[in-house]
Amino acid sequence: MRKEFRDSINTALQNANLTGALGRFSEAYRISRAKAYEGVDFEAVRTQIAEVKSSAAANLDRLAETFARNAEARGTKVFRTDDPAKVKEYILNLAKEHGVKSVVKSKSMASEEIHLNPYLEKAGITVNETDLGEWIIQLAGQTPSHMVMPAIHMTKEEVADVFSSEVEQGQAADIPKLVKFARAKLRTKFLNADMGISGANIAVAETGSLVIITNEGNARLVTTLPKIHVAIVGIEKLVAEFEQITPILTALPRSATAQLLTSYVSIISGPVANTDGTPKELHIILMDNRRTEMSRDPKFKQALQCIRCASCLNVCPVFRLVGGHVFGKIYTGGIGTILTAWFDELKKSDEIQSLCIQCGNCVDVCPGKIDIPALILELRRRLAVEQGQPLAQKAIFTVVNNRRLFHSMLRTASLTQKPFAKAGFIRHLPLFLSDLTNFRSLPAIADEPFRDKFKKIEQPKGLKEKAAFYSGCLIDFAYPDMGAAVIKSLNKAGIEVVFPEGQTCCGAPARYSGAYEVAAQNASDNIEALLASDVQYVVSACPTCTVALKHDFSSTFESLGKTDCLPRAKELAEKVVDFSSLIKKLVDEGRLTLAEGKQLGKVTYHDSCHLKRTLRADKPPRELLNQAGYEIAEMYEADMCCGMGGSYSLKLPEISAPILGRKLKNIKQTGADCVVMDCPGCVMQIRGGLDKDGAPIKVEHTAQLLAEQLEGVPED
Amino acid sequence: MNANSFAMFKTRAEAVSAEVHHFPGRAEALDFILQILAAEKAPSSVEPHAVWADCPLLAGLDKALLTAKAPGLTFDVTRENAAGAKVGISQLDWAIANTGTLVQDATAVDKRLVSTLPLIHIAVVESGRIVADLPSLLAKVDPNQANYISFITGPSRTADIERVLTIGVHGPERLIIVFVGDPGEPN
Repeated sequence: MRKEFRDSINTALQNANLTGALGRFSEAYRISRAKAYEGVDFEAVRTQIAEVKSSAAANLDRLAETFARNAEARGTKVFRTDDPAKVKEYILNLAKEHGVKSVVKSKSMASEEIHLNPYLEKAGITVNETDLGEWIIQLAGQTPSHMVMPAIHMTKEEVADVFSSEVEQGQAADIPKLVKFARAKLRTKFLNADMGISGANIAVAETGSLVIITNEGNARLVTTLPKIHVAIVGIEKLVAEFEQITPILTALPRSATAQLLTSYVSIISGPVANTDGTPKELHIILMDNRRTEMSRDPKFKQALQCIRCASCLNVCPVFRLVGGHVFGKIYTGGIGTILTAWFDELKKSDEIQSLCIQCGNCVDVCPGKIDIPALILELRRRLAVEQGQPLAQKAIFTVVNNRRLFHSMLRTASLTQKPFAKAGFIRHLPLFLSDLTNFRSLPAIADEPFRDKFKKIEQPKGLKEKAAFYSGCLIDFAYPDMGAAVIKSLNKAGIEVVFPEGQTCCGAPARYSGAYEVAAQNASDNIEALLASDVQYVVSACPTCTVALKHDFSSTFESLGKTDCLPRAKELAEKVVDFSSLIKKLVDEGRLTLAEGKQLGKVTYHDSCHLKRTLRADKPPRELLNQAGYEIAEMYEADMCCGMGGSYSLKLPEISAPILGRKLKNIKQTGADCVVMDCPGCVMQIRGGLDKDGAPIKVEHTAQLLAEQLEGVPED
Repeated sequence: MNANSFAMFKTRAEAVSAEVHHFPGRAEALDFILQILAAEKAPSSVEPHAVWADCPLLAGLDKALLTAKAPGLTFDVTRENAAGAKVGISQLDWAIANTGTLVQDATAVDKRLVSTLPLIHIAVVESGRIVADLPSLLAKVDPNQANYISFITGPSRTADIERVLTIGVHGPERLIIVFVGDPGEPN
């Protein structure tokens, strides 16, 4: 990671205006979005959008042809090109031909993608953005920090300063007055412009129509007052049929700005008359710029289902801290990372892809049903293939995959820090490693890894069922007691637990670093070890490991074309279950009970990302804790990431720390003296954070609380 | 007009800062419009201060009578007149109940000028032309027949500075919706 990139992150993090505005917005957004979708079946709507857009993406060429034919039949001039340079040339030639001196623009991301403004300005043409946010950042010489709210990073004082220095002295920091000022100043530009340039939100092939959605009314003026209207449309905006605009018009305003509909929707299907009665010149530029290539990519074709609502930015725990500028000049946030990799170049996504913590929040809200984190992982994989795996990383994985070596190295490191290791924590590390411990303490490494401790656990004899326990690194090396709790609980249900010695790292660290070959080796080793003994279940108390065993092994093999490995991966996947879901099932089956009427006090529950959003198992632990007699005081944003993200917190501690800070604040606000979760990674992050913080709140894995409460049922 | 869909429309449109009125007949509606024009009368030096795009509501009316009652009102919708006027009046074709939206075939430029440039837009709609939702509306409009279809939901708005909702950016800051016609009577 270059120093410049780190610096840009730190600059953003230290910008209180930015993080304050984005933080408040993301909190308000969650509520207002939910309200906007009241009475609407979001799953049904987004399924329709995904179908409409994916089928369009599969037929881009045909739809573009149909669109052009239908639009031209009405008198529109359609220019189709895959080359951004040709788009700019076309517009400049048109401008020259008509003696255009001044252009007004309504918001067009496509025009920003090709850097149209500086190109036209260089040729002596005045270009005015008219969307208020875009105008502000144009005057300030900045780039958009958010796809829908380009100037969200600026305060009214800053806007007043920009207006005063760039337009007219003496503007006060009063929002209604600033808006009125913009109206008055831009009105003259609208009335005097020779050309209007717009984008479009949807292009309908069967009718040759453009659908343009705005709130300010600027697009209506851009398409009405100047005698020439040029619309720049990325071909991914195409849909086949007119009625297919319904799901997009239903979701886009709700997801983008929590509105039922924006103030204005304009459907333009052909040239109209100018105010002097002459026919308007209507030019539509269908711009490809690698979209067709993207549509042929088995993984990335999905990204063409994006309707540019920016909800993936609004729910992202990282975006709300750093804002858009860290991501680059045009497309920002999760989807922006993917679009930048394609419309600009893969290399440009090298650093920004690392910002994704893989929490999956965006997957839940995306109206195009795009698995953004999965696509970002795919970028990571391709970057790793293209650039090769860094030597240091290679060395790390060699160690990580040798369990005994890894443990003894960690243990040695832990012992070296003995003076600092107190009450099970490492609070400080020296030198460059100190970043790892300056916002949270790290767990001390257990004297004995779980794999050795396991051999000393005495299990009842004659149990009829068998389960294999998959510990994962943290339980093996730092939290062996969690493993012991799992075994105790399963024994009570009459299940004997085996610990296959050959198990190794689940491969998540390698996979999330793009090192798929390493991850595939991990997968193969684990499959061999875990399927060697005849067991009913393979149980894990780490949701990330569970997801690896249940889903990622197959997906890693698929990515690498190792289809011969798939049947065994699927065989394993069928047996894999997370601790709480298995215990819930056993309780429901009457094989385990929880004594009724106990009052064990108030706890709060933190949802681990993989448990909630991949395994969809956020209910079982809550139900079990309730049944056991715990009262759950729900915290604010219980399902928001804690900032751990595996090695993320090591790579980007400056982002991980403030995410953790919010989490701790929300935990404390519940007044509970214990916070429970199902993931040892979250335990490490939150326990470490609370230790540093000094708050007297216990952090427990669900398994540890339940092991004490669960009772077996004697056989008849 | 179905009373339920009108109530729904009114709730939704008012939620986005539109003003919604209903009058049983044309005479009452015209009176109301003239009252607004009187209340919003511009300083005498500015003429015209209201532009009215020709529409079915005006059919058979003596426009000179209206201009006599409302000095400063013109039916000559030019770019200059619309840019100078404070009030724009037009009739819209449809209303969508569950979003509080008005829809019109705005291919004729005068319809767009009066609803984009002035600060106040008075939008007349026949009460019988409220539809339930977007799919019902899309079944009524045909982009093959209209080169420019406009949807209007409340006045022009922005939240681009500090996310503070501000009404009236490039378009009108007041949208006054005037339904005309008896409830239950298809017009």
